Amino acid sequence: MATAALTVDAPGFGSRVWSWITTTDHKRIGILYGVTAFVFFLLGGLEALVIRAQLAQSSADLVSADFYNQLFTMHGTTMVFLAIMPLSAAFFNYIVPLQIGARDVAFPRLNAFSYWVFLLGGLLMNASFFFGAAPNGGWFGYANLTSTQYSPGLNIDFWVLGLQILGVASIAAGINFLVTIINLRAPGMRMMRLPVFTWMTLVTQFIVVTAFPVITVALVFLMFDRTFGTTFYSVAAGGDVLLWQHLFWLFGHPEVYILILPAMGMVSEVIPTFSRKPLFGYAVIVYSGLLIAILGWGVWAHHMFAVGMGPVADAVFSSTTMLIAIPTGVKIFNWLATMWGGKLSLKTPMLFSLGFIAMFVVGGLSGVMHSSAAADLQQTDSYFVVAHIHYVLYGGAIQGIFSGIYYWWPKMTGWMLNERLGKTHFWLSFIGLNLAFFPMHFIGLLGMPRRIYTYDAVLGVDAMNFMSTVGAFIIGLSTIVFVVNVWYSRRERIEAGMDPWGAATLEWSIPSPPPNYNFTAIPEVVSRLPQWSDTEMKAIPTEPEGEIHMPGGSYWPAVSAVGILVLAVGALLESLAFALGGAVVLVVGIYAWAFEPFEM
Amino acid sequence: MSEAAVAHHTSTGLDSRKMAFWTFIGSECLLFGSLISTYLVYQGRSVSGPTTDILNIPLTSISTFVLLMSSLAMVLALAAVTRGDALWSRVWLATTALLGSGFLGFQAYEFTHFVHEGLTLQTSLFGSTFFVLTGFHGGHVFVGVLWLLTLLVRSFQRKLGPDKSLQVELAGLYWHFVDVVWIVIFTVVYLLRQ
Repeated sequence: MATAALTVDAPGFGSRVWSWITTTDHKRIGILYGVTAFVFFLLGGLEALVIRAQLAQSSADLVSADFYNQLFTMHGTTMVFLAIMPLSAAFFNYIVPLQIGARDVAFPRLNAFSYWVFLLGGLLMNASFFFGAAPNGGWFGYANLTSTQYSPGLNIDFWVLGLQILGVASIAAGINFLVTIINLRAPGMRMMRLPVFTWMTLVTQFIVVTAFPVITVALVFLMFDRTFGTTFYSVAAGGDVLLWQHLFWLFGHPEVYILILPAMGMVSEVIPTFSRKPLFGYAVIVYSGLLIAILGWGVWAHHMFAVGMGPVADAVFSSTTMLIAIPTGVKIFNWLATMWGGKLSLKTPMLFSLGFIAMFVVGGLSGVMHSSAAADLQQTDSYFVVAHIHYVLYGGAIQGIFSGIYYWWPKMTGWMLNERLGKTHFWLSFIGLNLAFFPMHFIGLLGMPRRIYTYDAVLGVDAMNFMSTVGAFIIGLSTIVFVVNVWYSRRERIEAGMDPWGAATLEWSIPSPPPNYNFTAIPEVVSRLPQWSDTEMKAIPTEPEGEIHMPGGSYWPAVSAVGILVLAVGALLESLAFALGGAVVLVVGIYAWAFEPFEM
Repeated sequence: MSEAAVAHHTSTGLDSRKMAFWTFIGSECLLFGSLISTYLVYQGRSVSGPTTDILNIPLTSISTFVLLMSSLAMVLALAAVTRGDALWSRVWLATTALLGSGFLGFQAYEFTHFVHEGLTLQTSLFGSTFFVLTGFHGGHVFVGVLWLLTLLVRSFQRKLGPDKSLQVELAGLYWHFVDVVWIVIFTVVYLLRQ
């Protein structure tokens, strides 16, 4: 793609591919994450369209009930773990080192390892479709539906192994970025000068390294139950199926903030830039992000009001859930106050940010409605919840990410995206999402349960379901407009220059796309908004003074990732030979990685 | 890993690898936290099979003592590497690995014994939670022993001078963490048994 300029030693196709496999450059890994996640996003979107086509009218039989189960499970799992998380990771990788004035992340090879593990985990999970055994237990896979008794096929095994592999990738990346942000800041880049996107990345990674071990344990129990006959989720042995729900949501609710905080960070960069005003209440935004991360650990059981935890637990989790709305709401007011009295410029990134605020408020309000246990009992497992999560995740996270894509695209490629196509993309997506998801509130309150492959005309929700389907296809169309925009703008190639938006943070002080060493000289930061500051930052020279030594490539991270994949395939097929082979590859990979000469 | 990274300037002054390792340990706390919580939640709820009566506290006290002594050896190994004392680095690294293996031996004996007594992974909630929790810990000890043996080999290759003491320090952090986890498990599973 547009990164050809970075590949200096890659004349032939073979060596070009090889240079991508062995790369440890955070920018190239960011592009790998972005492209891969976007393909998974299209795949998850396609699954959504088939679901909506099936639900367009009552008593339809476009897909079988079993295939429908696979579709909604894979749609949810894909969008959460293979689209939104890695799309955010693309920006962590590409933008964070630039924002803090670093030459790379703290552990470049670990970074490459994270990407390869993520890719192979995603491929393994989706390979299940070729065996007609895609996961079919829902994205939160409640016990004991996932037991061998009720799910004898390989479907759940694909899901369990896929998620465990993805967990490895996430934890490795989480540790890497925590250390990078805390330890690789340029001189003068104090913590309270960090751009908000970097701050939200830091908070997100804190949640990742603490939340993923919990789901890992839940998945290990499930895997042992299915493979070795343990009794963790077995009621007959005295076990409690709610153990799964507690462990899953103990991870699952922090996960919600893993999905939304990066988008909030992106919006916090875009809104000041296009309002020509510094962010209102920087410190409050940072602290409310931290508060969300902490409170996010105390709300998990609001996903479980319907299981009958008793009045005390219900009351506690209701209150904490209402409480977490406060730091979230604070951020909304900060963004609005930033725009107040600013010189607004409604370019595409800004439109998506505005769309983010409006739609996140809608999703947030229905979220607060769920916090009341009594009301939640009416809404749980109905389409009302589906409306809520889609306002938060599509209206919120995805719109925020598109805002980030349009904002940083010029930095990452060196050329601008077309504004007219960008605005078409925004309006189609905005109209489509409201048409698709708003009727779901009513569909749910009228009694249509989620995850049922069809419904009866008697329910009287045919018309609204049809509207929703039309909306979903408009979203699909809007995504095609984005792809066309990329293709068209790449042909037009309007040069972006260093700082096309007149933005304030450090990544805009260097060429687009940045050279592989990022900064010719490590900048000395004197303010929070170096590009807007009165106290001039010492100019970054256009040419490096001497040769800048950057880490070379390594293929051992990719080899180690393949070892993990083979190990997982061994577990899937219950083949000891495969598993041992994978373990050997993994161990060899790690040792070779540890002992290869690698300068940084 | 290269020594060039040691000289690398960092914002906090703390070596990035050490910070990463502390973060990893933080993450591991949640892993063992979830395992231990599950054990506690399921305590006394088994409907069949042997109960906690089969736990042999005197025997496990000995293996706990062995593991704790390995932590002492680990401290001495790090001190020897830091002062460039090749002979005693090897002695203490080998001792740590040996004591760790001794602990694993006790665990292997205990597991076999329990299986003979009729307690397996599948028998009951106690069996499932006990074996998975202590097995996870044993797995961590096993990885630690491999790590220590690797360092021992590096020492014999004369590639573990005082400039590489950070590598030993990281292994030590891991080793001590695994020990601390065992103290919690020993207390919760053995000493506070119901």
